[in-house]
Order: sequence, then structure tokens, then C-alpha cells
Amino acid sequence: MPARLLALRRIGKLFGPNRVLDGVSLDLDEGEVHILAGENGAGKSTLIKVLAGIHTDYEGAIELRGEPVRFASPQEANRAGISVIHQELSLIDSMSVMDNIHLGRELASRGGLWLDRRGQAGRALALCRQLDMGFSAADLARPVEQFPLSVKNLIEIAKALAFDARILVMDEPTSALNRAEVEKLFSLIGTLKRKGCAIIYITHKMDEIYRVADRITVLRDGRWVGTAAAADCPESRLIQWMIGRDLAPRAEAASRPAGAAATSVLVVRGFRVPHPVPGRPPAVSDFSVAVQAGEVVGIAGLQGSGGTELFHGLFGAYGAVCGGTVTIDGEPFRPESPARSIRRGLSYLTADRKGSGLVPAMSVAHNMTLASLSRASPGGVLRPGRERASAARQAAALNIRLASLDQAAGTLSGGNQQKVVLAKWLETQPRVLLLEEPTRGVDIGAKSEIYALMRQWTSAGMAILLISSELPELLLLCDRILALHRGAVTGEFSRGEATPERILAAAMGSPEGAGEACA
Amino acid sequence: MSASHLRRWLATPSFRALLALAFVAVIGCVFNADGAFFHWSTHRDMLRQVSVYGILACGMTLVIISGGIDLSVGSVVGLCAVLFARQTLHQGQAAPGAIGLVLVAGTAIGLASGTLVARFRIQPFVATLAMMVFARGLAKWASGGQKISQAIQHPDGSFTYVDLPPIFHRLDHRVLWGNLSVVTLVFLACVLLCWLVLSKLRWGRYLYATGGNEEAARLSGVPIAGTKLLAYGLSGLFGAVGGICQAVQEQQGDPEAGSTYELTAIAIAVIGGNNLMGGRGGIGLTLLGALTIGYLEKILSVNAVGESSRLMLTGAIIVAAVLLQRRRAG
Repeated sequence: MPARLLALRRIGKLFGPNRVLDGVSLDLDEGEVHILAGENGAGKSTLIKVLAGIHTDYEGAIELRGEPVRFASPQEANRAGISVIHQELSLIDSMSVMDNIHLGRELASRGGLWLDRRGQAGRALALCRQLDMGFSAADLARPVEQFPLSVKNLIEIAKALAFDARILVMDEPTSALNRAEVEKLFSLIGTLKRKGCAIIYITHKMDEIYRVADRITVLRDGRWVGTAAAADCPESRLIQWMIGRDLAPRAEAASRPAGAAATSVLVVRGFRVPHPVPGRPPAVSDFSVAVQAGEVVGIAGLQGSGGTELFHGLFGAYGAVCGGTVTIDGEPFRPESPARSIRRGLSYLTADRKGSGLVPAMSVAHNMTLASLSRASPGGVLRPGRERASAARQAAALNIRLASLDQAAGTLSGGNQQKVVLAKWLETQPRVLLLEEPTRGVDIGAKSEIYALMRQWTSAGMAILLISSELPELLLLCDRILALHRGAVTGEFSRGEATPERILAAAMGSPEGAGEACA
Repeated sequence: MSASHLRRWLATPSFRALLALAFVAVIGCVFNADGAFFHWSTHRDMLRQVSVYGILACGMTLVIISGGIDLSVGSVVGLCAVLFARQTLHQGQAAPGAIGLVLVAGTAIGLASGTLVARFRIQPFVATLAMMVFARGLAKWASGGQKISQAIQHPDGSFTYVDLPPIFHRLDHRVLWGNLSVVTLVFLACVLLCWLVLSKLRWGRYLYATGGNEEAARLSGVPIAGTKLLAYGLSGLFGAVGGICQAVQEQQGDPEAGSTYELTAIAIAVIGGNNLMGGRGGIGLTLLGALTIGYLEKILSVNAVGESSRLMLTGAIIVAAVLLQRRRAG
């Protein structure tokens, strides 16, 4: 029987009059990975913030190795060996890896005034070696901004270990990692377990849950629903716990009216997107596709395969720098600027909702009309009535849960934020939707709603190009799937041919996968 | 009004700005300088004195909402005061032409700042800091380093005096039976113009979107460069309006006029509750901020508080007002 490291007893939390946590209990053993699951807004983050000393006024008790504790600040929680690795990393981009790792507990020498740089370098190097990061001493002195997101994630973990963390909380740690990096993270988690660390792991991804979980605890609406060993908690039960109902039956094979004269809405031939840094090989070297009305074509690619650049290029977000030919509804189209693309019926939902999708301080209604404002304001004068009417219509059509159309969009939950951004693009009445990771950071309920909406749009004749890093999502939604590797198409699969293995092989540039696909 | 409505309203920036204003007004009622605070003329004079700052704060608000800052407006006041005095007093140009010329000059300075920010992607603080220095230089060059007044010095050292053109009297005058200065009306007109832009026009929405999330706005087809040019251009225009008002009140064009006015304009916008991060706020907040700053100065001066104490108190009260606004319910 492993030692009990941590016990949360009947934790409750109020925000003003709103109860967000109600008697939630959770315990954590040494060497355990404990999945904390639940839809967005279930109270996972609040519980973590209580544990991390961010929320200090809560009900209930926390016991660390049997001793009652009550953290008054994140620093206290850190000192007690609890480290939270947030979705938004807490690294300072302009500072070196080494300095980031020691941030807040710098090693000092000579009376505590001078930084002990040599000591820090030695310790950082030892930590990185422990994590098998392959860092040289020179790498440690480079600023964090020079590393890709995946490496930053590992640096964040190294930082937690520098604090001698015994309890690690990982909040969606893989959301920005590619498959190889995910594997690396999982092997690191194995190492940490063997060292006796315990990990609370928050994720929305089913396959990950069953890869790493020892036990699973599910929250719903701020309440504890259940805890079970992973082996005793099959997927169906987990989902039922999370949403309190059975999911709508998995989509029947996309039922497009067959036989209807197929007309290509979007045709792309030999599309090239130059690399933003001159002299580097192009980000997209050769991309061709024809998408018909009512069709969903998926693009499978690992991180860095050029999918984001392809969509940016098609949408004119880089300006008129791309090569190749594009036609929309048979008319030639040259990507030049987002405004022009929108007028021609192109819409682009980016993967980075916070960075390039939502305007969080603006109201829900204003976010929804932002991309179609020239239509909503003839002569440059806003028509509030007209605007509210279309926003209300979209909110109803997309089933967005909100208190008011005037509420700031940033105050909504992740799934509802995503629907607001989708509503913004639907308001432009697009012919072609470019969707990049449309369900990232979205809870399971909203996810299936978005899937249903996509089917609704295609049956209305829209054409959709979909990038997703989740293969099950592509297999579920797409009529055809293209594999993208290093900016070129390395395989095309019809619905019948597509299997996760073949797609992945092609997306990883494996020659046999590609050969098989082109045959 | 239900309790939750009330609570929500109490948390709005407008209510907090009102609270700050009420706080200052209470101070005024307590330290009323033998009743001076209860005379309308005190309030009228306060409005007159705060008007130039308020006019600048209007432009500053637009720029701040778009996610920038404009440090050049104080220098624009100096340049435009000099230009206006030179054209009307020394060149004898008729008022409409002179006003038009000055407005064009101020707008041009603003557009130049806007171009540096939007086209050349220089940080707003740096671009407008450079423009602040440059425009001050322009003011000194245009005036020959001298105050431009009714006394014209000739090369032989003799002076001639010109009469003040009627435009000076007309603008530094009271209307509504002596109850309100014309410059105050100009300030209110600027507030009205900003309100129209921000809440009635498409371009106003573009300002909020650009300040709120520039990349999201750009991908939504918002003309980012045009929006920034609009913000800085209007800020320059308001700077020119402020410069004319300044020249009229001083009856001369002082190349040093308007120094540090940009800081007061920023203080007004901030004390009203506009967020320097951009993307939120409004002109109503700026109006409340202008009244707060105006009353503060007035109360301190009618109570004959010395300048040193006045400055220190103003600094402390700005901090207090901002802290007051930041406190959230719950």
C-alpha cells in the first residue's frame, strides 16, 4: 500500500454568491497519476487553485502527509512541494532557461547578495539531464523564447523539479505537443512516478487518460461525481460521469446526398507559402485540393507540418506572397488580405482562440459581428438593433450559454468562447470554412455540438477544410483526409481507406505510408 | 432595480468613475473655502481651466482604446498655439483660414505619429516620444524661440502693437448669460464627437477591436493601419483645437505652451477608468475623469494650498482614485 501523500477533504468555494465547489474530496498516493476530469466549468481549475494556494478562502481541509495545512500563498504551496504546470506557461520568454528554472529561488553566494551563476548552471544541467532533455550548457544560457512550445513545457517541468516538487499538477500538458513530444512527456511521467512523485493530471483527451491514469476522479458542476481505478472505469462510464447523460450516438457515416452533381467550391493547385524567414525552405511547398460543396476534407499533420501556414496563406493573412492558383466557385481568387478573403466567402477559425480569435474585452454581440461589420453598418454607421438581432440568432443557433449578449466574451467558458468565434465567421456567410483545431480546449458536450453544427453547415452547401491533431476527430468528420508532411501532401485517403495507422504513417513522412496512399 | 442588477451596476467602470468624482466633490464641500465652492462661478472657472486638458484627453482616449499612447499632444498644443498666434496676430490672416491651417498642421503631426506606429511598427511610446521632441522643436522654429504676442519687434529694435483680432474675444468669452466659457463648449463638442465615433460608427468598433486583440481584429478583416491612423490623426486634431484654445486664453503663442499637458491628459483618461492596456473604456469615463481632475485642482487652489503640496496631493489622489476603481466586488 503506497503512502498517502495528499488528501483534500470536502473542499468548497464560493465566488460571491456563486458556489463553484461543493464538498469535493480527492486523495493522492505516492507514485500515482490521478486524472482529474470534467467538462469545462466543472470546477477542476478552482480545485487546483485552492491546492496551489491561489484561492485562500475555501471550506474544508487539506492534509499533506497526514498533517493539516492551509496555504496562504502560491509560494507556501511551492515550499511544501506542490507545483502547478499551467496551460499558459509561467516562463519569462526573454530570460535564459537557467534563470527561468531558478526563478524565485535563485542560488546565492557571498552573503546572499550575488547570484551563484556557476551553481545554478550545474543544478540546471543536472535537472535537464535527469529529464533527458539533451541540453548543453550553452542551451541553458539561451533565452526561453528561442525554443518551441514543446521544449518550454519540459523547461516548466524542470522548473517545478528545481523546487523539489513531490506533487505536480499538469493542466492539459499535451495541448501544444506533437506526438513524439507527447511520448517524451509520458516517459518523463514514468520517471517521476518511480521517484515517488504524485501527479494530478487534467486532460480532455481520452487516449491520454487511459495511457497514464492510475485513478480517475470526475467533477461535475463543482461536485465530486466519482473516483475509480482507471481499469474499472471504461470510457462510456467516464463520459457518463462527466456529462451526466449518454452522448448522442456517434455520428453515422457522413450522409451526403450522393449522386448530386458535385461542384467544386474551393480548388487549390500547387499552392506555395514562403517561409517567414527568407532563405529557409517554404512552409508549404506544394498543396493541391478540390473541396466540393457539402464536403469536409481533413488535413492531418503533426506540429510544424505547415497546416497553420497553409491556412494563413490561403486566407491572405500573410499578404499576397503565396504561389499557385486558387479558385472559389470557379472564379480565380488571389489571397491578398483577410478583408478580401472574407468578401470572397472564405472564413478562417484559427487554432489560437486567445491570440487570434476572440476579443475578450468586447461583448459577445460585438465579437459576433466583427468580421461582417461592413454589412452590419451601411454607410459606416452601426445599427445596434440589426446587430443584436443577428447576434441573438447566432447565439440560439449555436446554443451558446450566456447571461447576456452584452457580457464580455472573455467571461464565457472555453466551449462557449469557441462558439462565439464560430458565430463570428458564420455571420460572414462563408462558402468555405477553414477550421483549425475547432475543438481544442472545448469540453465534451460542446465538442459534440460543434460536430453536429459542422454537419448542418455542410448540408447547407458549405465546404470545410479541417485541420485537427486528433485523429479520431478527423476520422469521424471527414469525407477525405490529406496527410501533410513538411509542407507537402504525402497521402490522400478516402473515408473507406482511412485508418489511424495509415494516416499517421503518411503524416510522419513514412515512405511506405505515402506509397500505399498514392497507389 | 433588483439586487443583482444593482450589484452589477456598482461594479461598472462608470460607477467607479462617478464614485471618484463624488469623493472629490465631498472634499470640496468640506474644505469649501468660506463657501467659495458653493458659488457657480467657481465651477464655471473650473470648467474653463480643465477644458484644454479635457480636449487633449478626448484624443488620448481614442488612442488608448486602440491600444496605444500619444505623448506628443502637449507639443502639438505648443506648435499650434504658435502657428495660430503667428497667422492671426503677425500675418493678419482671417480667422477661418488660420483655424483651418492650424487644424491641418495638428492632424498632420498626429498622422505622422500614426504612420510610425502603424506602418513602421515602432512602439507607440517611442514613436510619440520622438514626435513630442520633434514638434516642440517645430514650435520653437516657427516662433523663432519667442512668444508671439501683440507686440511685434522690428529688426531695428522698435516695437509695434497690433490689436487682438475679434476671434480671440469670441473664443475666450462666456455664453449662456455668462455661465459657461466657449472653450468649455468646445471641450463638450469634442466629447460629443468622440462619443459619436466610439459608439455610433464602424470605425469606433474597429478602435475597440484593435486595442482588444489586434491579431484577431486583423484576421476579421479590420483595417488595423487605418484604425491606428484615425486614432492618432484625431488625437493630433484635438491637440490643434487645444492649441488654439490655449493661444486664445493666453492671448499669445508661447512655444513652451502645453509642456506636460500630455501627462495630465493621460491622468484624466486613467482616473476616469480607461484601461491603458486598450480595448476597453469610453469617452464618458474621460469626461468624468476631467471633472475629477478639474475639481481637485480647483479645490486645492481655492483653499490656497501651496504649489508643492498641491502637486504631491494630486499625485496621491490619482493613486487613491485608481485603487478605488480597481477594487472588485467579491
